[in-house]
Amino acid sequence: MSKPEPKKVITHHDKDPDELRVIGRPRRRVDGRAKVTGQTVFADDMKLPRMVHAKIVRSPHPHAAIRSIDVTAALQAPGVLLVLTGADMPIPYGILPVSQDEHPLCPDVARFVGDPVAAVIAETEEAADAAMPLVAIEWEPLTTVASAEEALSTPEPRIHEYGDDGNVHKRIALQFGDVEESLGKSVHVFEDVFFYEGNTHLPIEQHATLAARDGDGKLVVWSSTQTPHYLHRALAKALDFPAHQVRVIATPNGGGFGGKSDPFNHEVVAAKAALVLDRPVKICLTREEVFYCHRGRHPVKMRFRTGTDADGNITAMDLETLLDGGAYGSYGVASTFYTGALQTVTYEIPRYRFRACRTFTNKPPCGPKRGHGTVQPRFGQEVQLDKIAVAVGKNPADLRLQQLCKPDTLTANYLTVGTIGLRQCIDAVVDGSSFRDRWQKLPEGRGLGIACSSYLCGAGLPIYWNAMPHSGVQLRLDRMGAVTAFCGATEIGQGSDDVLAACVAEVLGIAADDIHIRTGATDTTPIDLGSYSSRVTLMMGNAAIEAAERAKTLLVGAAARKLGIPPSRIALADRRVFDVEDPEKVGMSFRDACCAAEAEHGTLGTVGSYAPPRSPARFKGGGVGPSPTYSYSAAVVEVEVDPVTGWLHVPKIWIAHDVGRSLNPVLVRGQVEGSVYMGLGEAIMEEQVFRRLPAKMSNAAVHKFPSMLEYKSPTSLDMPEIVTYVIEDPDPKGPFGAKEVGQGPLLPIMPAVANAVFDAVGVRIDETPITAEKIARALDLRDKGKDARVGPKAFPSIDWPEGLEVPPPWEGGDGRATNDPKAKHYRAPEERGQEMMSDAARQKATAAQRASQSKSGRVSKEVRS
Amino acid sequence: MNDGSPPDPTPLGRKLLMELHVNGETQEVAFLPHETLLEVLRERMDLPGTKHGCELGECGACAVLVDGRPELSCLRLAIECGDAEVTTVEGLIRDGQLDPIQEAFADLGGAQCGYCTPGILVTARALLDENPSPDRDEIAEALSGNLCRCTGYLQIFESVEEAARVGAASSATGEVTS
Amino acid sequence: MMRCRPFRYHAPRTVAEAAKILRGEGPDAMVLAGGTDVIPNLKRKQFAPRTLVALRRIGELRTASDDGLTLGAATTLDAIARHAALPEAHRAARIAASKVATPQIRNRGTIGGNLCLDTRCTYYDQSAEWRQAIDFCKKAPGPHGTAIETPVEQGICWVAPGSPRCWAVSSTDAAPALIALGAEVTLVSADGERTIPLTDLYADDGMAFLTKKRDELLTAVRLPAAVEGWRSTYWKLRRRGAFDFPILGVGAALKLDAGGTVEAARVVLGAVASRPLPVDTSGLVGGPLSDEAIDAFAAKAAGPAKPLDNTDFTLHWRKRVVRAWVAGALRELRGDDSEEASLLSRSAARIPEPLSV
Ligand SMILES: Cc1cc2nc3c(=O)[nH]c(=O)nc-3n(C[C@H](O)[C@H](O)[C@H](O)COP(=O)(O)OP(=O)(O)OC[C@H]3O[C@@H](n4cnc5c(N)ncnc54)[C@H](O)[C@@H]3O)c2cc1C
Ligand code: SF4
Ligand code: FES
Ligand code: FES
Repeated sequence: MSKPEPKKVITHHDKDPDELRVIGRPRRRVDGRAKVTGQTVFADDMKLPRMVHAKIVRSPHPHAAIRSIDVTAALQAPGVLLVLTGADMPIPYGILPVSQDEHPLCPDVARFVGDPVAAVIAETEEAADAAMPLVAIEWEPLTTVASAEEALSTPEPRIHEYGDDGNVHKRIALQFGDVEESLGKSVHVFEDVFFYEGNTHLPIEQHATLAARDGDGKLVVWSSTQTPHYLHRALAKALDFPAHQVRVIATPNGGGFGGKSDPFNHEVVAAKAALVLDRPVKICLTREEVFYCHRGRHPVKMRFRTGTDADGNITAMDLETLLDGGAYGSYGVASTFYTGALQTVTYEIPRYRFRACRTFTNKPPCGPKRGHGTVQPRFGQEVQLDKIAVAVGKNPADLRLQQLCKPDTLTANYLTVGTIGLRQCIDAVVDGSSFRDRWQKLPEGRGLGIACSSYLCGAGLPIYWNAMPHSGVQLRLDRMGAVTAFCGATEIGQGSDDVLAACVAEVLGIAADDIHIRTGATDTTPIDLGSYSSRVTLMMGNAAIEAAERAKTLLVGAAARKLGIPPSRIALADRRVFDVEDPEKVGMSFRDACCAAEAEHGTLGTVGSYAPPRSPARFKGGGVGPSPTYSYSAAVVEVEVDPVTGWLHVPKIWIAHDVGRSLNPVLVRGQVEGSVYMGLGEAIMEEQVFRRLPAKMSNAAVHKFPSMLEYKSPTSLDMPEIVTYVIEDPDPKGPFGAKEVGQGPLLPIMPAVANAVFDAVGVRIDETPITAEKIARALDLRDKGKDARVGPKAFPSIDWPEGLEVPPPWEGGDGRATNDPKAKHYRAPEERGQEMMSDAARQKATAAQRASQSKSGRVSKEVRS
Repeated sequence: MNDGSPPDPTPLGRKLLMELHVNGETQEVAFLPHETLLEVLRERMDLPGTKHGCELGECGACAVLVDGRPELSCLRLAIECGDAEVTTVEGLIRDGQLDPIQEAFADLGGAQCGYCTPGILVTARALLDENPSPDRDEIAEALSGNLCRCTGYLQIFESVEEAARVGAASSATGEVTS
Repeated sequence: MMRCRPFRYHAPRTVAEAAKILRGEGPDAMVLAGGTDVIPNLKRKQFAPRTLVALRRIGELRTASDDGLTLGAATTLDAIARHAALPEAHRAARIAASKVATPQIRNRGTIGGNLCLDTRCTYYDQSAEWRQAIDFCKKAPGPHGTAIETPVEQGICWVAPGSPRCWAVSSTDAAPALIALGAEVTLVSADGERTIPLTDLYADDGMAFLTKKRDELLTAVRLPAAVEGWRSTYWKLRRRGAFDFPILGVGAALKLDAGGTVEAARVVLGAVASRPLPVDTSGLVGGPLSDEAIDAFAAKAAGPAKPLDNTDFTLHWRKRVVRAWVAGALRELRGDDSEEASLLSRSAARIPEPLSV
């Protein structure tokens, strides 16, 4: 069977801004009114007749076996209707097919303080709460593993029975070209170890779920989830309930940031209770419980060994990362790959090796937070580049500019980059901040730092393997001139409802707020995989354009026949369908066009869908990192540091983001500034840290402060002035040329702060958050003439597996590993030996390859063939 | 009790019936003496516009106006509100018209996910009532008790500034706002 | 949703009536002023009073004397921050009040509640479930928190496991400022009324941190009449510009003569011990406020400060900052407006314009 040709995707990226009526114009978002009147219905705002409430009893032990659970007393407490335990829901689930390691309630072992063990369902939340202490649990404490290093040195007891070995969840080793050889030949080799502390999303809305049985017996679940489709799958599996009899409705999220993209135990618990009791069951987590859901930033230790030539151009990079994964898999395997996937898409890296290791520890599970997995190594890479610039005597902006990736090329690890607006980004922030005049020239205590980054516009692969679209949009048009757009995408504040409306409205020539938007309901809306990995604008947007184009064809045909002119002369704008040659006189209202089309075709409905292009990467692990295209950002941060106390103040940030095309400038700026805000929080104050009591006295390992007061997130008084530059270089892959904007601009902030601190007081803080106390410690070291640096001393030695060897494109690679015995295309080493090129030949090939790439956008094809 | 005030002391664990004045309406509501205004508004009065993010005074999502001043409904017992006039986000609309502050937040990106928004809107309303043309620092100070995780605050500041401008313009023309 | 557990609610109309109820109810009763400290603590089950005695109906607690120097205990922090009748010399009181928590909390929280604020500790200001996970500590040795008078033998202090006492931190912003101003407080019980210097209200113990008897009501704060030449300030250290309790507070008041010689001085540190910590100022008095004098004094002031690992930031750094902060406050009183001073106090809230209360 021959493969179907990939569908041609119409994106309208080449439209002139003046032609566009909706796209690119600042507008009130379509859901704006509801959000300011209190009419937006969040999950916990819902109420149903006969509704009851659930509370979850959680483990007080970081690691303990459950000997027995006795629920009799709790069941007898006033108002209590049901108590569930692990035995009631034995089927495990998890977001990734490779780590189905969670249970709605722990059946045998609890793995962190906060792991759910039992659920009490009662007439009121208060009654459920009061009965919780009556659930009698007999525990057998097990050894606590509290950090990634401890996990490496403590193989027993295993936190999970699966995973690579001991408490190692996953090891990855990939090499693209002979890195040691290149490092050996490099003029400089820089070796740096960094640590990025864990932190969490802290959406202001606490997670909440309402589950009920419909009149016809089906299960319906409303939840503050970013991924209703994945939740749907998990519910069907964990409850062993027919998937087609479940509907999941994602309520608008009061902030997500990645923290609501796993299926959660409380969601399954509420659903189970609703099925058992046949009553609506609501659960709303407390803030403390939200900290236990976590799935936030992994703490990552990393080592970069980077070779450069005399000018600081990277010749090779060797990256190792060690992740503290917490107690469950979550998205962890993907996160682990992401700690090395995107190093190559900003600056040219001829050879690259990446090894990563994720460990299990007795803490709330880590997962995806804004910038998923790429934030930590980006911090290391950009701080190291600053060190390289200083060492080779270059301005750090120039050091970056001289080695930017070229548009429409393949990277060493087979990522296909599209348009790259990074040069314009750097120029904008450098000019705006007068970086060249002020860097290294400000008085002691004041400094500037620069950093760049790149991010995905949607993951190339879905979470579970399938060949179906990633996003679908359905349109319904009727004789009232009403258009309804249906899509499974989830509004989490980012403005996805508005993107959907805008794309459809632009094509159909109506206003965005003319359209009825129905999103995030797995019964009525076509599947969209969810609001994660910055995929919605690009994927849903393209699906929306396709659906709208199809609708437009119906309208144009009917109108043309009615008006007696050829369809090619028909245009749609300002709620009219008209003859371009005589717009005023020959035409009809949009509503009349709908009537004509409905009369001609019957009930009007169209669909559109989108799946990303196939990646040229053919090696195992090559599925993480590919994206239809990448966004780019650059930031300059200004700091003031008190030389005595280390007190750090950030007065101003310049940020530029390459968004391809700005669909609604109000929202784009909001996403950029929101990212900068969150990045600044991570840079200077936020940390999800844990407390261990003296080991001789206690096994406890608790979240140090699961509260909004002590988990520090910046207030309105902590915000610097932000100057935002939106760089528009429409990308053919994006709807109207748009790329992502929700995550990318966060990434450069943390390294730019670190680099600015160095410029201000000459000390390196090689870990986050960059706090006054760390700066003060580094200042002491400086004053004592020691290495003025605070950061991890060493990277632990890790038993790396033999890596997959994937020659980069310019070394004759075809995207496959040459040493993967499991692969179909495996060639034995002797066979491969003959293909090894001499050094000179390789360099020539590399140069030729790059030259051809920068000319043509279709290199990926050639390489594959 | 006839004067609307609860019995003193309140009996343990028994509901009391009290009149509360919310958004210009007076409602008789039954609730327990240990319930906060937040619980009573959301759970007993069908006014879920007021949000909650911590219930401990640490986020500002639950802010409402009590006699025109912003307070945290999660820290104030409902039993202490009988003689007060409470305004929630639902009460900002007057005669079917959005408050200029609502218009500005909707237009200028002041609300992203919208979850912190009700608390911020009422707090900003109180600021403008007291100080019709606040500067940026005064706005930041007035909103410093309302955490927002989405916006980075700047579009919130701009929305308040815009509302102030609109307010100034309409009071100059003699129009009545809010 | 975090909720309170049931209690009985009293709302007496007079101080005498309140005092009588407190006497009658014994240790199971607690005073409720603004509730901005009591309510969160109740929701976290840090204590379990059977009865709350609310002050909201007692008008006499909300009045200020004509000279503006006596403030009823139920005066809100916002009202104090804007208290126009307070002389400029007592600026520290207004600064301290304006830096508490957040605007919404200052609209509700009272000065009496602030002075009687429970001591804080990151092992204690946690939910019952969290505290269970560390097997509780002395200050709240069980799931229902403390019956306010627990014997200290019970439980362990995780901050200093060998120690017989609790090291929870006095975290009131107003106390160090008001002690520096020489404030007195009036306490009323069924037995009658007494007035004591504010500094004597406190004891250096995380559990028994007030010398006030349980059934005594704090009714008023009295500030001395301002004397020519006095000036005062309050410096607060916290990570963020709002919300955060002080990690360090420096209340400072000085009387300078025309030649710039220090005639009298009071400096009080907050949040470095279980009580506000007055610093011995004898070294300052009689000399000029020179850089040397300031630095020497600041270095010494840091001595008795004993930060422990139970608040934000590390203890070493907090100790180190005491010196810089004390020096900064004194330089401000000398009239400096240095770049450094503004950087250090940058995250501070502006003091609102005074309004009449
Ligand atoms: C998020 C958050 C941040 C905060 N930040 C700060 C801060 O930065 N600085 C700070 O100082 N405080 C802070 N607080 C604590 C508190 O809000 C203030 O201290 C406030 O002034 C307390 O006053 P209140 O009237 O609300 O006290 P309440 O909560 O009513 O009472 C506090 C205590 O004092 C007792 N009490 C109250 N009045 C009297 C009286 N007249 N006689 C006898 N006993 C009495 C009560 O029984 C109780 O033990 C914060 C609180 C929160 C929730
Ligand atoms: S100082 Fe010790 S006893 Fe006191 S609250 Fe903290 S841990 Fe408990
Ligand atoms: S709910 Fe967070 S302050 Fe009230
Ligand atoms: S708009 Fe989402 S928290 Fe403010």
